[in-house]
Amino acid sequence: MTDSAAPASDVLVRFSGVRKTYDGETLVVKDLNLDIHRGEFLTLLGPSGSGKTTSLMMLAGFEVPTDGEIELAGRSIRNVPPHQRGIGMVFQNYALFPHMTIEENVAFPLMVRGMDRGARSAKAREALSMVKLEDLWRRRPGQLSGGQQQRVALARALVFEPQLVLMDEPLGALDKQLREHMQIEIKHLHQSLGVTVVYVTHDQTEALTMSDRIAVFDDGVIRQLDTPHGLYEEPQNAFVADFIGENNMLAGTVEEMLENGLCRVALADGRHVTARAVNVTAAGQPTRLSMRPEKVHVEDYGPQHVNRLIGTVKETIYHGDHTRLRLAVAGNPEFTVKMRFRPNRPRPEVGERVAVAFAAEDCRALDAPAEDES
Amino acid sequence: MSEQNHPLKARLRRAERMRQVKAFGLIAPLLGFLLISFVVPIASMMMRAVHDTELSSVWPEVTAAIPSWRDRKALPDEAVFAALAHDIKASHKDRTLSTAARRLNYDLRNGRSLVFSTARALPETAERWTDAVIAANGRWADPETWGAVYRASGPVTGFFLLAALDRNRTATGRIVVAPPDEALFLDVLKRTFVVGLAVTLICLALGYPVAYLLATLPPDRGNLLMILVLLPFWTSLLVRTAAWVVVLQEHGLVNNALIWLGIIEKPMRLIYNQVGVYVAMTHILLPFMILPLYSVMKAIPPTYVRAARSLGAAPATAFLRIYVPQTLPGIGAGGILVFIMAIGYYITPALVGGAGDQLISYFIAYYTSSSVNWGLASALGAVLLAATMILYAVYNRLVGAGGIKLG
Ligand SMILES: Nc1ncnc2c1ncn2[C@@H]1O[C@H](COP(=O)(O)OP(=O)(O)OP(=O)(O)O)[C@@H](O)[C@H]1O
Ligand SMILES: [Mg+2]
Repeated sequence: MTDSAAPASDVLVRFSGVRKTYDGETLVVKDLNLDIHRGEFLTLLGPSGSGKTTSLMMLAGFEVPTDGEIELAGRSIRNVPPHQRGIGMVFQNYALFPHMTIEENVAFPLMVRGMDRGARSAKAREALSMVKLEDLWRRRPGQLSGGQQQRVALARALVFEPQLVLMDEPLGALDKQLREHMQIEIKHLHQSLGVTVVYVTHDQTEALTMSDRIAVFDDGVIRQLDTPHGLYEEPQNAFVADFIGENNMLAGTVEEMLENGLCRVALADGRHVTARAVNVTAAGQPTRLSMRPEKVHVEDYGPQHVNRLIGTVKETIYHGDHTRLRLAVAGNPEFTVKMRFRPNRPRPEVGERVAVAFAAEDCRALDAPAEDES
Repeated sequence: MSEQNHPLKARLRRAERMRQVKAFGLIAPLLGFLLISFVVPIASMMMRAVHDTELSSVWPEVTAAIPSWRDRKALPDEAVFAALAHDIKASHKDRTLSTAARRLNYDLRNGRSLVFSTARALPETAERWTDAVIAANGRWADPETWGAVYRASGPVTGFFLLAALDRNRTATGRIVVAPPDEALFLDVLKRTFVVGLAVTLICLALGYPVAYLLATLPPDRGNLLMILVLLPFWTSLLVRTAAWVVVLQEHGLVNNALIWLGIIEKPMRLIYNQVGVYVAMTHILLPFMILPLYSVMKAIPPTYVRAARSLGAAPATAFLRIYVPQTLPGIGAGGILVFIMAIGYYITPALVGGAGDQLISYFIAYYTSSSVNWGLASALGAVLLAATMILYAVYNRLVGAGGIKLG
């Protein structure tokens, strides 16, 4: 918490070598190593079934790690039961107690901690006003809308001032508009309270807008742990590049490793491209090149865009400030490009052949996933 | 605010009414069936409890004349005595005297012999029937004897209802407690409720953990256990009760096993007493507790207890404060079901209970089939119904105040 603290004490939660299996055959979490810093907003992002909830449940104490150690504030929590971990939790279906009023729900963590009636009522109201629901304290959960219930659940998880709050897809049941609104509200609460948040979602936009850092899960493994900016701009492998944002993939083979971390890649159609060698180390390796749609230029490029390819326009979609082109490029019929609006520039016609250019820096040579090697 | 609310409320009511009409259409067939099979019999039972024309059908004159008897501390006047003498002779001839004798016997000690001996001793003619009747049987000189005739003159009487509550009316109309050797039904009623309540609590104590296990077990094993719970429904009630006789009797399985294990030396008395009643009734009613509990528990997602635990509640606190309150509708439904079935139970206590363990239904059956005292049987039924409804109202009050609703 203090600035002078050594980096090690800055770590609130440490997973080291954690593995988990439910059936004794398949590992749903494989060798999880993760440090969560005090005060940070860390998101576990990944496709369904990748082990996010399981990891969260191990931290909350509802699942036991098969292997490895989880530390909370420097102490192993292997033998600490859930109610003594002091971790607030928000569930996807809110889990508000239906037989209690809103105020009683929010006061529940205080009641089990032995706070007297008057004090806990005052504190619960305070927490409710924090989520702007102070007028609804008398109601029962069934009489609130989904968004309101979500806020009550949030107030309840925060009212006892836990050092750590876990949220498992808390906005999953809300509609898009409310979800975006709640994202901002949760983010503000996080900033004003300084609490550490571990957040689970499979919505990448949500992860990118809210998080300080994101751990991308895939099949029980963290594929990349990085800031939203790092994940988007510098994906370390094909899975992350594909999962986060839009990406154009081109299959190829490394022909030559160059200076400055670059490499030369031969594409399927025999053309060559210079790319940043992220996940390739030697000539002859299969690779996937990844380019963001907004980093690819059509008919409008400068000297730094050293890679030039030819594409055939398949579809144009007008978006106002930009036009999306779907092209067929080097064997990829779904190559997407965002063309920014310029006055006096004609839109390419479907069927037209256009020049496609991008910089070596914006083209990342990643690992080739197994199904690509054939 | 209230001004604006009124048109809104009216509109809401109109919208609701449409829905109610449709809902009524859906339940109408069942309602008709219930009306014929349930409401009408119960209403006619209630009628019988207060309807009394047995005496007036065979002794029309005296029952018509006796309302003129005002001073209940003195004897009725000559006209009433004359009407009685006429009625006795007429019914003696018609062989309907025994009907009158039976009805008076309900209310008067030795009422039957009083009637028959009077009939035998009564002369053909008399100067003053007052003297002739009293000469035939001296008990006619007692206003209380006439009180019994008055109370039986119908057509509406509180006699059976009072009798069902161990109460009598004197000739002057005062309600008094029946003498101890005649008082019976209040004890039976109390016993019925005590047994019903105890069986309900035992069923709850045994059924709650089973229902919890059923609701939390993975489906495949849960189904197996559920079949075990439902198994008793596949055999007849009579067979199951008889099986308990076999198991619990003096040289039955339980006693033999306990003796063989050396825990007891002489066989224990397990049947034809309270123990037998409790064991057999609990066994038979247990599924009716488990099923409603199970259906309620099944609908409670495990996240509630998890949420409570993560918020700092110890396992016991989370269970008692979060889980149990959510099962209250199940406890209420199961409890009411078992209790109401228990207090109306007949076969099981009749077969495995002793003479002193019979519940009210036994007496209702006795008075309907053995002694053909429909009035008293109906009155007992009405008292049971009233007591049940009062208890239900109290329950509703208590549970309703807790804010528990099923919807
Ligand atoms: N209680 C359980 N028993 C057996 N297997 C389980 C259990 N819970 C989860 N699994 C399995 O573990 C794997 C990981 O599940 P987990 O719930 O952690 O995924 P997730 O990343 O949270 O997915 P989602 O985004 O769909 O919530 C899945 O394959 C799932 O089937
Ligand atoms: Mg999950």
